[in-house]
Amino acid sequence: MTKVVFTKIGMTFGSAKADKSVHVLDDINLSVNQGEFVCLLGPSGCGKSTLLNIAGGFIKPSEGEVTIDGERVTGPDPRRIFVFQERGVFPWLTVEQNIGFGLFRQPANERRERIAHYVQLVGLQGFEQSYPRELSGGMKQRLEVARALAVNPDVLYLDEPFGALDSITRLQMRRELLRIWQAEKKTILFVTHDIEESVQLADRVVVLSARPGRVRRVVDIDIPHPRDLSDPRYLQLRDEIFGEIGLAHQI
Amino acid sequence: MLPSAAILKFVLPLTGLTFFMLAWHLAIAASPGTLVPSPAASFRAILELAEKGLLFRYIVASLFRVTWGYFTALLLAVPLGVLLGLWRRGEVALNPILQLLRPISPLAWIPIAILWFGVGDLSAMFLIFLASFLPLTLTTVHAVHNIEGVHLAAGRNFGLTSRELVRSVIVPGILPQLIVGMRITLGIAWLVVVAAEMIAVNSGLGFLIVDARNAGNRYDLVVAGMILIGAIGVALDFLMRRLETLPNVRWGYASE
Repeated sequence: MTKVVFTKIGMTFGSAKADKSVHVLDDINLSVNQGEFVCLLGPSGCGKSTLLNIAGGFIKPSEGEVTIDGERVTGPDPRRIFVFQERGVFPWLTVEQNIGFGLFRQPANERRERIAHYVQLVGLQGFEQSYPRELSGGMKQRLEVARALAVNPDVLYLDEPFGALDSITRLQMRRELLRIWQAEKKTILFVTHDIEESVQLADRVVVLSARPGRVRRVVDIDIPHPRDLSDPRYLQLRDEIFGEIGLAHQI
Repeated sequence: MLPSAAILKFVLPLTGLTFFMLAWHLAIAASPGTLVPSPAASFRAILELAEKGLLFRYIVASLFRVTWGYFTALLLAVPLGVLLGLWRRGEVALNPILQLLRPISPLAWIPIAILWFGVGDLSAMFLIFLASFLPLTLTTVHAVHNIEGVHLAAGRNFGLTSRELVRSVIVPGILPQLIVGMRITLGIAWLVVVAAEMIAVNSGLGFLIVDARNAGNRYDLVVAGMILIGAIGVALDFLMRRLETLPNVRWGYASE
């Protein structure tokens, strides 16, 4: 079942004068299925983050439209939550209060149950009363994912969520995210510039070109989870994308 | 041997203070006939004020004026600052007025204060209000500008109305900077109340100082007034600093 549909999305920033404007996205067409994990992959400045912000309703596209369940996106909506890098959590709230942030219209007991459930799900037991400054980067990122999941959205948008983490934590976080995705069955759009990350996580990788961003290729990652990172199929798909982006896989 | 933290915290400050007192005492002892009182005479003057019941009355009078002027300013400045921080056009429109008023010392308003409010408490409170209002407004505007875009975006994403966004994201987001601004502004307000009381009223610590001089060169009372002003200023600052240790604002200070 189709969930998110991008139709002829074009984006130009800046003034009406052609020489001052920046054309970042060009004719993006893409549809994402219910429960699918899609990575938007591309070099820095290719507009992948802008595309995610358009889907999230934070930016209006210059051309085209995004629909979710057939309904046009006109602004941010609690049914679709955007996860920023770890700095998105509210530093003035405790772990519990952060997770409960979006639940302000729920009755108190419902709120309490959901908070407890998601504290558990992301493994922050024992830190309920801690403030974000007392947590590590990885814990803050898990907290933000928990805050997003607590309002039971259909779609999660993740904008390079693990970019600020060290490489070991990043691997653990990917595993966590896959576990959560399988448990919660959300549709996920995940922006990254990390080829390995995209092949490890996604059902499909959408490779964008440099500015203005266009869809160069959509690669199906037909490897079941958990994925073996030395599997020949994994290496083949990864190298194909390296080739697509124009990088020889050598240092 | 004392731990070095204790030396830094108590021993060194006390040593400095003791040396200052000693130097003061010796300087007075070496200049017979001077009107400037010795430390002992100054502290006796504080006791004299206490015995007459003036000590408490004057301190309360000064604090009363500061409280009203300062909190009225806070109550108006924070909402205005939030509004201007969010509403760019309003800020641009008001900015020239705010910048023009900023370099004018609150004391320059004394004649106008007396014209409008007469000689009395209201004039003094008005001056405190003026001294506090601008810095608090500008601090708030600045703090709103510094709020992280991702926090506002997250608030909107979770479906907050504008009012809820102000209450749940903007106010907690500006609090650390606002508290610093409040502390500095309270210091200014305390400077101004003393000056205002020298002209506009007949009670309070500022009044004590001019009155003691006018009524028979009681310089011991003058210095007693100065000591009290300093001590209360320190106490107010200490109390405001306590606010900076609240758990939900500590994120805003770099020492973490």
